[in-house]
Amino acid sequence: MDLGFVLTQSITQAIGVTAIIYLLATMGLNIQFGYTGLLNFGQIAFVAIGAYAIGVFMIQWQQNPWPSWMPWQTLVPNLWVAILYALLLSVILALILGIPTLRLRADYLAIVTIATGEIIRLAFKSTDPLGGSQGINGKMGQDFYDLNPFPQQDRFDFGPLTYTRADLWVVICGWVVIGLLLLLTWALMRSPWGRVLKGIREDEDAVRSLGKNTYLRKMQALILGGLFGALSGIFWAIAKQSVQPDSMVPAFTFFCYTILILGGAARVMGPVLGAIIFWFLLVFVEQFLLLLIDNGTITFLVPTQVGPIRFILVGLGLMLLMIYRPQGILGDKKELALDAR
Amino acid sequence: MHRGFARLLLALLGLVIGAVALTGVAQAAGPAIIAVVTDANKAPIAGVTVTVTGPDGFTGTGETGADGTATIEVPKSGKYVITLDESTIPGGAAVKDGPERTANVLSGNKKILFPVGVPDDGGGGGDSGGAGGITLDRVLQLILDGVVLSLIIALGALGLNLIFGTTGLSNFAHGELLTLGAFTAFVLNVWWGIDLLIAAPIAIALSGLLWGWGQNQILWKPLRKRGTGLIAAMIVSIGLAIALRYTILFIFGGTPKSYAQFAGQPGLELGPIFITPKAIVLSIIAIIVLVATILWLKSSRIGKATRAVSDNPALASASGVNVERVISVVWVVGAILAAYAGIFLGVTQNVVWTMGQFLLLTMFAAIVLGGLGTISGAIVGSFVVGITVQLSTLIVPTELKTGAALLLMIVLLLVRPQGLLGRPERVG
Repeated sequence: MDLGFVLTQSITQAIGVTAIIYLLATMGLNIQFGYTGLLNFGQIAFVAIGAYAIGVFMIQWQQNPWPSWMPWQTLVPNLWVAILYALLLSVILALILGIPTLRLRADYLAIVTIATGEIIRLAFKSTDPLGGSQGINGKMGQDFYDLNPFPQQDRFDFGPLTYTRADLWVVICGWVVIGLLLLLTWALMRSPWGRVLKGIREDEDAVRSLGKNTYLRKMQALILGGLFGALSGIFWAIAKQSVQPDSMVPAFTFFCYTILILGGAARVMGPVLGAIIFWFLLVFVEQFLLLLIDNGTITFLVPTQVGPIRFILVGLGLMLLMIYRPQGILGDKKELALDAR
Repeated sequence: MHRGFARLLLALLGLVIGAVALTGVAQAAGPAIIAVVTDANKAPIAGVTVTVTGPDGFTGTGETGADGTATIEVPKSGKYVITLDESTIPGGAAVKDGPERTANVLSGNKKILFPVGVPDDGGGGGDSGGAGGITLDRVLQLILDGVVLSLIIALGALGLNLIFGTTGLSNFAHGELLTLGAFTAFVLNVWWGIDLLIAAPIAIALSGLLWGWGQNQILWKPLRKRGTGLIAAMIVSIGLAIALRYTILFIFGGTPKSYAQFAGQPGLELGPIFITPKAIVLSIIAIIVLVATILWLKSSRIGKATRAVSDNPALASASGVNVERVISVVWVVGAILAAYAGIFLGVTQNVVWTMGQFLLLTMFAAIVLGGLGTISGAIVGSFVVGITVQLSTLIVPTELKTGAALLLMIVLLLVRPQGLLGRPERVG
């Protein structure tokens, strides 16, 4: 282990699978919180629905149909149909979340969304037909990996970075999807529809007085952001081939907030910059500390204490960013009051 | 801004130095393997011996406690074999899928499940949890457990609601006030060897001073002066919660701990129900504390000023109320209540870094149910939430019980957004 290894690891992670999962979820959050000002603290609920839909439809209910008379094998013949179901389920979730809360004050949406995320996690954890506490593991993304066009070889080298054949395909597809969604976000946010969203963030009453149906627009923003979240979950299930209830914790959403505020909310490229820097720093700090412990430079830490240090830094980073630079790297302080509803 | 920054930096520096200094004293915090042994009805089984073997000839054994878990700390990450001694299972039942498991332990704790027996046997002596039959005895027991839980939630929720009422802050770091209180008592009690009966009051007073007054002085007061918005402040509190929680993990490690006294107290059987003497005493004190706090808010000068600030800070300020002083007092009271709740939880269950985090959402559910910002609402809401959580285990799996209370909150928001005791207010 040396500094070169640490740097390579950090770069690989900064553009790797985990960064893509967080980035997709954060892009959804950007639409909800960054542009519309909706305080969604339960983005993990959408991610969980997306990931579990793939796991349950592709593995769990193919092997043990539930209820046992349901012909899931004909209803969900392949991954692509499962993805459609996942997206549909996330729209339903957005409606369930939005209908009671979007007419209330912002903090109600915050508390209801974080509560829903927990309800969903606990429901998956305690229901055996949905995987139970062990989660779901298996080749849930086989249809996707079958399309892999790269030649059969063990490893692909790009300078210092090394990928397996499957990893390369996953990471490339992830970034292509992100590129398309960035384009979509950019186009939507310069359209009249996007301007209304920003208007709602700045002054909802003013927008309503101009005859716009703000409730409907907020609901549309919640659904669109939720779809991004579900895509993050779908990518999670396919790339990691495993969904665990204990990964679906509220902290995921708070990491997304840190990424969003770091990069700059209400900027198309904000989440991208945020996710890359966030994961680079997180992995670099961890690996660098492990390196120093390994070669005996640091003696007052044991390797298991490095994990908590990362999270302490994330927490402090979120606090300091919010206090001293709420607009992040790319944002515009004048545009983003960050305190509208 | 520069003074504020210097101050914050100084505080953070202090935190880091303190943390590093404390680790010198702390036992090496390794990862742990947590074996969970449950019967066919998902009720925990106590007294089962679990053996762990791993790299470098490591062996460790543990025995499951009343909650059916045995925690075995392991020195480092690696591959471990966990074996359950089937001869120690009451009734001689066998483990589903065999008594041996292998696990790859990384940095965190690894939970291993051992389901025992087949679903149709009566299920030994397990007395709680799971979806057993609905009997009057069980309902009474769960209501009693619910009342105890409600008191803990109420202590936290009252402080959370007071802080929300006077400053408008939805404090996501309030759960950590419970954890900090419990761990302050842990340091005094276990590290420094002070008897818990003396350590607890000292810890509560220290919590009020350090975690309540100090937190407000160092962080929230400067933020209010800068005019930081409420949503920005809410996100700051989330960052603070993460930082505090993992600082506690960093210093104390992830294994659940108990205080030196009152740890394994035998329970009392009162007719059909079962309760430990420590829970009775702590509950009575909790009721006295809650009643005293409410009386203080209703009748004392500063209590009235607190309610005036909750109602309308600008008007209260114009009428000569020192708003900043009221807020300071509220933070101290909130931290004291939370510290007591934390110690209550630590004595009746155990002291662990996630204890406050798990209660935070139930506290929020309680004050939303009761009506955001109303004082009696927080208490009423806490009892609704606490009893719902426990009674729901009659119908839903034990793991889902918190979900039941959160669902109740969402349903209530649909029909009565202002909460049970709140005033209707049109927003949006």
